[in-house]
Amino acid sequence: MIIRVLNDHQYDVPDTELDRLNRLDDVLQSAVDHADQAAFDRALADLLAAVRGIGSPVPDDTIVTSDLVLPGDGSSLEEVSALLGDEGLIPG
Amino acid sequence: MAVGIARRLAQLFHIKANKALDRAEDPREVMDYSYQRQLEMLTKVRRGVADVATSRKRLELQLGQLQQSAGKLQSQAEQAVALGRDDIAREALARRGAVQAQIDDIESQRQALVGEEEKLKLAAQRLQAKVEAFRTRKETVKATYTAAEAQTRIGEAVSGISEEMGDVGLAMQRAEDKAAQMQARAGALDELLASGALDDASRPAGRDDLQQALEAARGGSDVDRELAVLKAQVVTGSAPAALGQGEATRDRGESQ
Repeated sequence: MIIRVLNDHQYDVPDTELDRLNRLDDVLQSAVDHADQAAFDRALADLLAAVRGIGSPVPDDTIVTSDLVLPGDGSSLEEVSALLGDEGLIPG
Repeated sequence: MAVGIARRLAQLFHIKANKALDRAEDPREVMDYSYQRQLEMLTKVRRGVADVATSRKRLELQLGQLQQSAGKLQSQAEQAVALGRDDIAREALARRGAVQAQIDDIESQRQALVGEEEKLKLAAQRLQAKVEAFRTRKETVKATYTAAEAQTRIGEAVSGISEEMGDVGLAMQRAEDKAAQMQARAGALDELLASGALDDASRPAGRDDLQQALEAARGGSDVDRELAVLKAQVVTGSAPAALGQGEATRDRGESQ
């Protein structure tokens, strides 16, 4: 499974870790739903640490789409809400 | 299973990529079109890196000016203390505190900008590598497959690189927003520095009110002091020996 961390890398993560990542992602979703920046910061840091811990970076010259995309380090709740709210925000 | 943030974000990127794929009838044209976009994006990202570097350099210039200011205020405070003028020393230290607060603020912003700059540089390198890989695959597909066969072969490459460009585009927006904020702040700070409102000691001539107060406390400006020295020389020139010997004799007498 390929996971992109925005403004960082794509990581190749074993499919067996999906459940664990989904649980962390649920916490992140809940933080966004409750507009809780502190909880969001914690959940995002946990999720990114998990992905980097279990995944290996995809080489630069490999072109592959991601199954999951995560906000980058230090993203604000505001930025992420804006991304989710309007697909037109993603350039390219 | 609930659809979490990560899956929703991935879907948004895929929608974007699929739009690019749907655009042309011949998938090989999609590759050419995508490649053009990639080259444009590379140019934009490189320009973005240069813009962020320019903002950073301007911040560093201001940082230097402010540090000079803080140093001068510190030495003014020390001179005032030496002259027993705590009131002037206190004023100099208060201003130094205000300047130092600006320095700390700008320094943390500078570090944030350096971080963005580094990330954008890495993103540009990564995109460059992917564009190279894409070009190779494009040539292979064009040379080897018919339009119908090419369809399945290029889907992944086009949507994969479209995702990469989306990511790089976001990084660039973020960095440029930060840089624009810095520019605005830098402009405001430049005006403050120029007006002398923030710190008179930053004026190159150094004729600020603290300096004047120090000179007054010291008993006049350099010109006044030099004048006093000249006058003393003229006076001692008329009767130097008697005065000098008198004092020397008395000194010796006291030390014995």
